[in-house]
Amino acid sequence: MSAHTSRFPWNLLVGFVLSIALTLLAVFVTFYTDFSSSVILWIIGAFAIFQAIIQLFMFMHVTEGKEGIINVINIVNSMILALIIIFGTIWVLTSGHAAM
Amino acid sequence: MSLDEFFVTGDPMILASQIAIALTMVGLVALITYLKRWKWLWSEWFTTVDHKKIGIMYILAGVLMFFRGGVDGLLMKAQTSRPEMGILDAQHYDEIFTTHGVIMILFMAMPLLIGIMNVVIPLQIGARDVAFPKLNALSFWLFFVAAMLFNISFVIGGSPDAGWTSYFPLAGKEFTPGVGNNYYAISLQIAGIGTLATGINFVVTIIKMRAPGMSWMKMPIFTWTTFITSIIIVAAFPIFTVALLYMSLDRLFGTHFFTVAAGGDPMLWLNLFWLWGHPEVYIVVLPAFGMFSEVIATFARKNLYGYKSMVYAVAGIAFLSMLVWVHHFFTMGNSAAVNSIFSLTTMMIAIPTGVKIFNWLFTLRKGRIEFSTSMLWALAFIPCFTIGGVTGVMLAMAAADYQYHNTMFLVAHFHYVLIPGVVFAVFAGLYYWWPKMFGFKLNEKIGKWHFWLFVIGFNLTFMPMFFVGLDGMSRRMYTYAESTGWGCMVRLLSSWFLNNGSWFRCTCLQYLLEFPLCVTESRK
Ligand code: HEM
Ligand SMILES: [Cu+2]
Repeated sequence: MSAHTSRFPWNLLVGFVLSIALTLLAVFVTFYTDFSSSVILWIIGAFAIFQAIIQLFMFMHVTEGKEGIINVINIVNSMILALIIIFGTIWVLTSGHAAM
Repeated sequence: MSLDEFFVTGDPMILASQIAIALTMVGLVALITYLKRWKWLWSEWFTTVDHKKIGIMYILAGVLMFFRGGVDGLLMKAQTSRPEMGILDAQHYDEIFTTHGVIMILFMAMPLLIGIMNVVIPLQIGARDVAFPKLNALSFWLFFVAAMLFNISFVIGGSPDAGWTSYFPLAGKEFTPGVGNNYYAISLQIAGIGTLATGINFVVTIIKMRAPGMSWMKMPIFTWTTFITSIIIVAAFPIFTVALLYMSLDRLFGTHFFTVAAGGDPMLWLNLFWLWGHPEVYIVVLPAFGMFSEVIATFARKNLYGYKSMVYAVAGIAFLSMLVWVHHFFTMGNSAAVNSIFSLTTMMIAIPTGVKIFNWLFTLRKGRIEFSTSMLWALAFIPCFTIGGVTGVMLAMAAADYQYHNTMFLVAHFHYVLIPGVVFAVFAGLYYWWPKMFGFKLNEKIGKWHFWLFVIGFNLTFMPMFFVGLDGMSRRMYTYAESTGWGCMVRLLSSWFLNNGSWFRCTCLQYLLEFPLCVTESRK
């Protein structure tokens, strides 16, 4: 860490600016465009995920340090599991009903 | 509520159990008081946070539950040993197969394996204890309280009776209004939280507390399988927690997660149950694989063949185990696409499993094999488990499963994977690590008797089930007609008195006799 303090924290600045920009963009898309509400949801959802990634890397330094690799594996693993559970369940239950 | 609503009444066998339970409790209290052991029990065992002692308590409780689940099994076998038997009525039979399944998986297999993990893992990685010793004690007591709560159901209030899978709508309060299935929802919730904490504990222990220099690929194989098992626990148990919470809400507070009224969906229960349930079968079998690997390498006097491929196979199994759950309900009317995909993923699991079988065989090849009791269990495991695995692949074909589903063929399959995969492993592990727990070796002569009776009895009991299953005998039936012809096969090969009875009693007797012996000897 001490090596970092001497340099200007560019990545923090970039993260900060990007976060603000993404938030403002989300406000803009929601209030000043004519997309249907489901399209708007998808767009701002994507912004949110993007912003979460920025925060994880720029501010929370997930990949750094001794625990970095474990953190990353952990996050990826949890996301895969969540996706399997959510989309698996939806697929299995809806296609079952459609077939009946 | 009057007393005869509180206690289950009207069945002489249950009355006998109630009296026996009361007498045992009075006897235990009297004995401990007479020996002046209360303080010792409290300070040395009940409040201990020592991983070895917690492990030993898990193992003791697991053996006790093996006995209870085994008596359930014997009763079922007695009832179905010939057509139109009158030992149990339909309701009683339903309750017994339900408690049998729940107890054997959650209160026998899990604590025995977690017990051995507790004793062995810190020793294998050179740590003083697990990462969170107090949490570990909490896990044990949560499990123990849950097990006791579940066990008293048959004398107080009535047992759950919708199968260990407790499918809705049958398990909903519309069809089973009594308290029985509340026992299921609540005690499994308590036990599940304990198990989740154990999973977290071992993940942290193995990541953080390995001795300096023990890199990932230098970990003993049992440590590896325990690590991956713990990850599956952390991944899968929360699903069960949520499903059980919904079940409790439905049963106790009238919500409709799983009832069609008000827009719920009974199939959601099946889906969530097996999202947990299939990983659960790997949770119990992976640590067992690890134990066999240790035992086989030791008594073949060789290094484990293909250590790395073994690790990758276990990781592969862990990943695939989250992708196969629908194979438990192919017949529920899914689309062809769903059934085909899940058939494929299920068959894929056989690949890493096969890799492991070959690793064990190649470890044995040209080894100087010593036929110790624990090695015998490992050697018997390989062919028996292979039969279970191969029949699993048969069940994995969705189209064929319409024929096999919920027949005795399925019952034979899972007993052929679970008994060699878990029970043989626990025996192999106990004989192998016993000196680490108590400071002396178990008697090899009794051990060989134990082994042969158990393995022969196991095969005689479950092998015929494949055949009566293919003949159309379905599971969970409390009786059947003479004209089905099933009685002959069942009677011929598996008269409960001769086979099932002997392998079971022999194990229980051995442990009942040897445990006190061991404890007294180890205290010398
Ligand atoms: C080669 C690997 C395996 C395959 C392909 C496989 C396949 C299957 C399939 C397709 C079913 C559902 C059949 C039906 O309901 O009609 C099933 C049931 C079952 N399997 Fe396996 N299996 C395998 C290994 C295991 C292992 C290792 C265990 C446990 C240690 C296990 C435990 C069970 C249990 C408990 C059930 C039945 C649960 C119930 O309905 O009550 N299986 N298996
Ligand atoms: Cu399965």
